[in-house]
Amino acid sequence: MKLLVCVSKTPDTTAKISFTDDGSEFNAAGVTYIMNPYDEWYALVRAVELMEKGGGTVTVINVGDASNDQTIRKGLAIGATDAVRVNANPKSALYIAKQIAEHAKDGNYDIIFCGKESIDYNGSEVGAMVAEFLDLPFISFGNKFEIENNTATIEREIEGGFEKCQVATPFVVSSAKGMAAQRIPNMMGIMKAKKKPFVVVEPVEFPDYSTPVSYSLPAKKTGVKLVDPENMDELVRLLNEEAKVI
Amino acid sequence: MVLVFAEASKGQFKKTALEAVTYGYKTAQVVGGDCVVLTLGEVDDAGQLGKYGASKVFNIANAGFAEFDSQLFAAAIGNAAKELRAKVVVLSHTSMGKALLGRLAVRLNAGSVAGAKTVPSVDGNTLMVTKGVFSGKATAEYAISSEIKVISLASNEIPPEETGTPVDVENLNVDLPAPKVKVLEVNLQSGDTAPLPEAELVVSAGRGMKGPENWGIIEDLAASLGATTACSRPVADTGWRPHHEHVGQTGVAIKPNLYFAIGISGAIQHLAGVNQSKVIVVINKDPEAPFFKAADYGVVGDLFDVVPLLTEAVKKFKAA
Ligand SMILES: Cc1cc2nc3c(=O)[nH]c(=O)nc-3n(C[C@H](O)[C@H](O)[C@H](O)COP(=O)(O)OP(=O)(O)OC[C@H]3O[C@@H](n4cnc5c(N)ncnc54)[C@H](O)[C@@H]3O)c2cc1C
Ligand SMILES: Nc1ncnc2c1ncn2[C@@H]1O[C@H](COP(=O)(O)O)[C@@H](O)[C@H]1O
Repeated sequence: MKLLVCVSKTPDTTAKISFTDDGSEFNAAGVTYIMNPYDEWYALVRAVELMEKGGGTVTVINVGDASNDQTIRKGLAIGATDAVRVNANPKSALYIAKQIAEHAKDGNYDIIFCGKESIDYNGSEVGAMVAEFLDLPFISFGNKFEIENNTATIEREIEGGFEKCQVATPFVVSSAKGMAAQRIPNMMGIMKAKKKPFVVVEPVEFPDYSTPVSYSLPAKKTGVKLVDPENMDELVRLLNEEAKVI
Repeated sequence: MVLVFAEASKGQFKKTALEAVTYGYKTAQVVGGDCVVLTLGEVDDAGQLGKYGASKVFNIANAGFAEFDSQLFAAAIGNAAKELRAKVVVLSHTSMGKALLGRLAVRLNAGSVAGAKTVPSVDGNTLMVTKGVFSGKATAEYAISSEIKVISLASNEIPPEETGTPVDVENLNVDLPAPKVKVLEVNLQSGDTAPLPEAELVVSAGRGMKGPENWGIIEDLAASLGATTACSRPVADTGWRPHHEHVGQTGVAIKPNLYFAIGISGAIQHLAGVNQSKVIVVINKDPEAPFFKAADYGVVGDLFDVVPLLTEAVKKFKAA
């Protein structure tokens, strides 16, 4: 099978989030970047597992500038066969999805994997957009994924539980926790990655309809009010009378 | 005109749907025109949505809506939006809404904001809307400049408000594709508490619990409050609790009115998913636990002593 995995680069989960003084841009100084965990741990690993079992190829695609190359190489080290970077500095999900769809439309991919969401913009949008551009079914938040004879059985997260569904290839799926277990690339993988095909293509023109224009941090908590551990009636009273939440 | 897709589950509107209608009503007041609501498939008493601000409710009947296929649903909502000439389309930022928003953005050639927290403000033809970014660590204001805009509303941000009276429900016919996704099985947790993303009260516990056999005191506290239970990631990873209870950056992101963190240290990845809760209560025996910095109320003590006392106090309060 021919598999495509969409990977994005995000700030590390422990990164301190700050913005330029006028709030117009993310302050990248001192921030380390990682591959978006949903893309790496679940989408990519599951795709590589499928290839290891059934043959085929796993292509990773990223829409971004050259600073993303390290992230993409990590994808190759984990086991993807080749990589594509669409050379752009994207500002909106729709723009990203358009570029991915442009690449995929003549690629005859059986399955396009993406992550549940990017941990920076948290939109959960790109996968559904790629699916719509290509007029393909889309299953979101898959946490278990099996495939036999081109029909996949996917368990997807819904509010308060899960739903098991079935869909035939080609389709797009977004991956959540449970679909696979994280893999750490080994030395051999890292060496091999250097020799794998990695192409950089230019983007197609597409407008940005929706972009962030300013950022702000939440107001700091004014400080914790400590309650005597022997006096839980007092805590209940505070939650009722002061905080008004019960 | 603002078109709201009101999501139903087994024919019943969820709280998130009522929030979306209220949001659509408020958005219509800002952008002009009516707030029109779309319902799909068999739903009970859709006319009641008028109470939350719908000036009209449309229903599209099709047996396919009994199972969720994003292609089918997006075609229905997208074609209805075109037919009714909607300028803004509002969805709920639920698992269903998240699978639909991107599709509608493409279909309607529209700019989108996923998980909006505020009623838009207008600047010429541009709508300004805020949403959480960096897993709840910050807020961003987005400008949407396209002709048509699609917005999904984050849950627990805009409380449903009764502003009107029930309205008539009209049938609408649009072209629909055949569904390609088949739902084989739906598994919902039993019990009558709200699912985590919608819950207003959450009782969450971490590794400080020592083992799954001790969870009874957490369940008792949750039951006394009518709260939903949650847990930290290592607790779900080691199988002490089911995965769907895992909250945080790589789990469910929540923002209830009240979040109890019991025996949870307050790692940055945990906080990322819960720090938008309105009120946070931390129970931890270590006064240096980082979670206290993010807390409104704190109890420094052994959870095995404190939690049962708290449950008693809640029961006493409820009985009074
Ligand atoms: C990429 C990445 C993503 C992650 N995503 C998440 C996520 O989404 N969600 C998440 O939760 N974590 C996440 N983590 C893990 C996170 O870093 C922490 O390891 C985790 O949150 C710790 O869980 P905990 O607080 O339950 O356990 P611990 O850190 O072990 O804390 C236990 C706490 O219980 C207290 N305690 C112990 N005994 C008692 C007692 N008798 N009475 C009272 N208090 C007691 C201790 O003082 C301590 O503070 C992630 C980590 C990484 C690297
Ligand atoms: N710049 C990008 N390049 C490639 N894939 C991306 C990019 N941004 C997001 N994605 C994919 O889309 C998913 C959802 O992202 P988002 O819509 O931003 O939450 C991610 O998990 C990735 O799989």
